[in-house]
Amino acid sequence: MSEWWTYRLSSFLLFSPRTYHRLFELYNRAIFPAQALALGLGLWILFSLWRGSERRRAIPAVLAASWLFVAVAFLALRYASINFAAVYFAWAFGFEAALLLVVGVVCGGLAFDRPNGAAARVGVAMFAFAFFVEPLAGPLLGRGWRQTELFGVAPDPTAVATLGLLLVAGGPGRGVLMVIPVLWCLTTGVFLAAMDAPDAWVAPAGAALAAGLAVRQAWTRRRM
Amino acid sequence: MRQRDTLSRRAFLASLGAVGAASALRPLRAAVVPAVSAAHPGPILTRAIPSSGEKLPLVGLGSWITFNVGDDVPARNSCAEVMGAFFAEGGRLIDSSPMYGSSQEVIGYGLGTLGHPSQLFAADKVWTSSAKAGPGQIEESLRHWGIPRFDLLEVHNLTNWEDHLPMLFAMKRAGRLRYVGVTTSEGRRHDEMERVMRGQPVDFVQVTYNVLDREVEQRILPLALERRIGVICNRPLRRGELIGRVARAPLPAWAAEIDCANWAQVLLKFIVSHPAVIAAIPATSRVDHVRQNVGASYGRMPDEAMRRRIVAHVEKL
Repeated sequence: MSEWWTYRLSSFLLFSPRTYHRLFELYNRAIFPAQALALGLGLWILFSLWRGSERRRAIPAVLAASWLFVAVAFLALRYASINFAAVYFAWAFGFEAALLLVVGVVCGGLAFDRPNGAAARVGVAMFAFAFFVEPLAGPLLGRGWRQTELFGVAPDPTAVATLGLLLVAGGPGRGVLMVIPVLWCLTTGVFLAAMDAPDAWVAPAGAALAAGLAVRQAWTRRRM
Repeated sequence: MRQRDTLSRRAFLASLGAVGAASALRPLRAAVVPAVSAAHPGPILTRAIPSSGEKLPLVGLGSWITFNVGDDVPARNSCAEVMGAFFAEGGRLIDSSPMYGSSQEVIGYGLGTLGHPSQLFAADKVWTSSAKAGPGQIEESLRHWGIPRFDLLEVHNLTNWEDHLPMLFAMKRAGRLRYVGVTTSEGRRHDEMERVMRGQPVDFVQVTYNVLDREVEQRILPLALERRIGVICNRPLRRGELIGRVARAPLPAWAAEIDCANWAQVLLKFIVSHPAVIAAIPATSRVDHVRQNVGASYGRMPDEAMRRRIVAHVEKL
């Protein structure tokens, strides 16, 4: 790209904020009642974490299904109609779903014991934030309930919730699984910032927190 | 797509009828039928394309962002209403690009809804670095618009113009295209655009020009006059940023001297009063705004002193 320094964030924005948020309204209408299933699965994950049951394979399976659903139903079939890049985002989400299946389900490489330590507690808080608070952001900012973004069916809360769960999880594959959610959080932050959305900082802040804590945990373990 | 100075009564009535049909698709919303523009002083003003003498109204309709609404049917109907109002006010030039997401399809939807108004001057672009992909992309664009040919095709952001321009000139010679051009935006690659203007027989260039972005006044606009190349101006309102800047200030009394009823018309008349400019192409998703915009194609135009006054006034806001 020539004269790249002359481009601004808004130069890459192909659609209006109104169109972007209305996409969620149409999407929520089209996939109903999938939201009820997503809410149920999210509550089940929280309950599992609270009970301290290991759920070594079930939680990654739910996450993999969520990432795949978002890849196809939202990114490829909806978002791609207004943003060329969404096709690539869909492939990335599909790849994350495959990674979760291989690392978490096939290899059983993640363990969700009762959350211990500061990072794990932050992880639970991040999941709860993505599950309960992020869906409220739109309505609180005047966008209406129909445009609510829910864990399991919308990309941003799914990515933040996944990062939270990966902070809770032990196991060797965690770092690899964090890469795409972190990149998505940064990407969506850029797009939302270009749209002057007041909540543009949320996902990048979640990504920074999760990545920072994961690095700190890894550093501490190496020194022990 | 015939040449005309003013919108004929038949075309105007057809446009009204078509927009009425479009509005009927939206039973839950009040029908928006463009009113007769009785308030406009005199006939719509046009400027001749230098290479042909064909006259175009001074304000066109852009589609960047505003028409990229995907499969949202109510939003598509709103865009069709904007297009209907644009034609009813006397507009002709609609501009799009393969880069603009679903905008081409939405324009095609609007044209279909409006019964393909005959006054349309269809302008689109080639936007690919691959020489081989150019013709296929143009065919796809035509399918999206639902029309047999474009009036104007431009090389978007000068992307691989070395390969695309010969292909476009060949299309023009074969009668499958009427005009050829190149575009850039926000002041980028002006040196390269100058080389194209000096070395290639282009009919149009498209550049960013508005009351605050006036770099093209130095070389591009004078060269366009010298080489008899028409200029289309993108980002005339800086995606609404200029309107936001001036909105809180009262419309100056001198705006009446150039028959402007609102800030949009002042800002647009600054652009289209430059003799090299054929048209400005503001984009909007609102019927009232498109009426205001096309209103800048009517009435008295600012002279050089008034143009300087507009710049000085807006720079102070």
